[in-house]
Amino acid sequence: MASIKEIGQELIEEFEIFDDQMDRYEHLIDLGNALPEMKPEWKTEDRLVKGCQSTVWLYAEAEDQKVKFYADSNTVITKGIIALLVRALSEQKADDIIAEDLAFIDKIGLRAMLTSQRSNGLTAMIQRMKLYALGFKNAAQ
Amino acid sequence: MSTETKVTAALDLAKIRADFPILDQEVNGRPLVYLDNGASSQKPSVVIDALSRYYQNDHSNVHRGAHELSNRATELFESARTTAAKFINASSEREINFIKGTTEGINLLAHSFGRKFLLKGDNLIISELEHHSNIVPWQLICAEREVELRVVKVNEDGEWDLEHFYSLLDSKTKLISTAWVSNSMGTINPVEEIIEAAHKVSAAVHLDAAQAAPHFIIDVQQLDVDFMSFSGHKVFAPTGTGIFYGKEKWLLEMLPYQAGGEMIKEVDFGGTTFNDLPFKFEAGTPNIGGAIGIAEAFKYLMNLDRVALQEHEDAVLELATNLLLEIPGVKLLGPRNNRAGVVSFNIEGIHPSDLGHLLDAQGIAVRTGHHCCQPLMKRFNIPGTCRASFSIYNTKDEVHLFIAALKKAIIMLK
Repeated sequence: MASIKEIGQELIEEFEIFDDQMDRYEHLIDLGNALPEMKPEWKTEDRLVKGCQSTVWLYAEAEDQKVKFYADSNTVITKGIIALLVRALSEQKADDIIAEDLAFIDKIGLRAMLTSQRSNGLTAMIQRMKLYALGFKNAAQ
Repeated sequence: MSTETKVTAALDLAKIRADFPILDQEVNGRPLVYLDNGASSQKPSVVIDALSRYYQNDHSNVHRGAHELSNRATELFESARTTAAKFINASSEREINFIKGTTEGINLLAHSFGRKFLLKGDNLIISELEHHSNIVPWQLICAEREVELRVVKVNEDGEWDLEHFYSLLDSKTKLISTAWVSNSMGTINPVEEIIEAAHKVSAAVHLDAAQAAPHFIIDVQQLDVDFMSFSGHKVFAPTGTGIFYGKEKWLLEMLPYQAGGEMIKEVDFGGTTFNDLPFKFEAGTPNIGGAIGIAEAFKYLMNLDRVALQEHEDAVLELATNLLLEIPGVKLLGPRNNRAGVVSFNIEGIHPSDLGHLLDAQGIAVRTGHHCCQPLMKRFNIPGTCRASFSIYNTKDEVHLFIAALKKAIIMLK
């Protein structure tokens, strides 16, 4: 399994191929569509990420010392963004998730979109993912 | 003959566009198409230059009179008030107050009118289509004064249900405050009828003209409206500017809004007397540069053929509406006709925020969301809409770019 940093670098390179903003979005949408399906019964009120303009559900399970994330959104673009995070953070160790600065996000050329998400959505999603990791870490101790 | 007319009109539009330097740029590798004028309009060079000229040559505090610069600033500031009075055809400069925007105008009115005229058992009328800024100040003052806030329903087309309005209006109604044009749908409200009905029961009417002022020729005397507020930044003027109009007979009776310098006649610990109109409502050093900027924007508009401009704006809006309605799954919010400046819509199965992102990626600026109208969105059971809002400088070519970009976005999102 590649590290978070390595996956981040992969994502930067994937998005670098595109000159056009629409192509970057298309790729982001594809990433969102490729997210494993989140079971409807997991989409409960307590798994909603507050602070997002669109509706985002986030759920995690601990598997073999690693954290596996499941997510969904009612908007296509936000689903793409959460898919980026899931790809980088899912099936990683809790300690690594907690320590990660996610610097790659700023380098994938989706600045405008991420800026509008930053104040409300993105930070809240990252925070929720780190909280899951922290919860599993504390439970394991 | 007709060819010549067309050529002249096209040339004029090119000139208007050239007056707004910000429009000439690319966004995400494509020419900017600015369709977020309902949120804020762009500024013509004359406004930008007037601000710069003022700060470079003429700035000092106003109404102090001890030296040349103060005299110049005062003259510019007060002549701005005269220009504003002319722009809305107020009967006197005493009825014009500079404010920082529509929101402040409504808060001023709620405070100054509310604490003077609203008594326990009275009622005040707004409608379902109001912007939050024309809801929340009234909720606060109504709670404070023990006054009932009545809300006129809108019909399926997003228009005032007039029958409901008449059932709410009675001898205890003190004030009706409504948008002239809905910011989220563009609906033009029947303000003449509302004003006439209100005056029959001696109620006053305030118009939130934030979305009307950029498009309409305003005549407050002909309307016989009691109060009006609008923001400068939606009418080609700097941010932090606006106009609050009130009939003198009301303003004389109303309490001051904020207290401090400028608004007093004489301060004494035994009791303070307030300044005359319009200064009673302008505590502290005003936004002098902003007032000069707003006056310049009004002059800019008044120097154009406003009837022709309105026809142009209506034609652009009509084209956008027609082309939108040809797209499968499009649902308009608001009436098919009887709108100004705005077309608000949803596309079946697509979230408006996704549309906003993909339009931006193609250089098209629109607004998505609830447009500060959460009660209206609840009324229609939608999370929000995609809103394209037009101004004098938008062209039919831009409408075609918008529609093409929208179609591309829909393909990607479906």
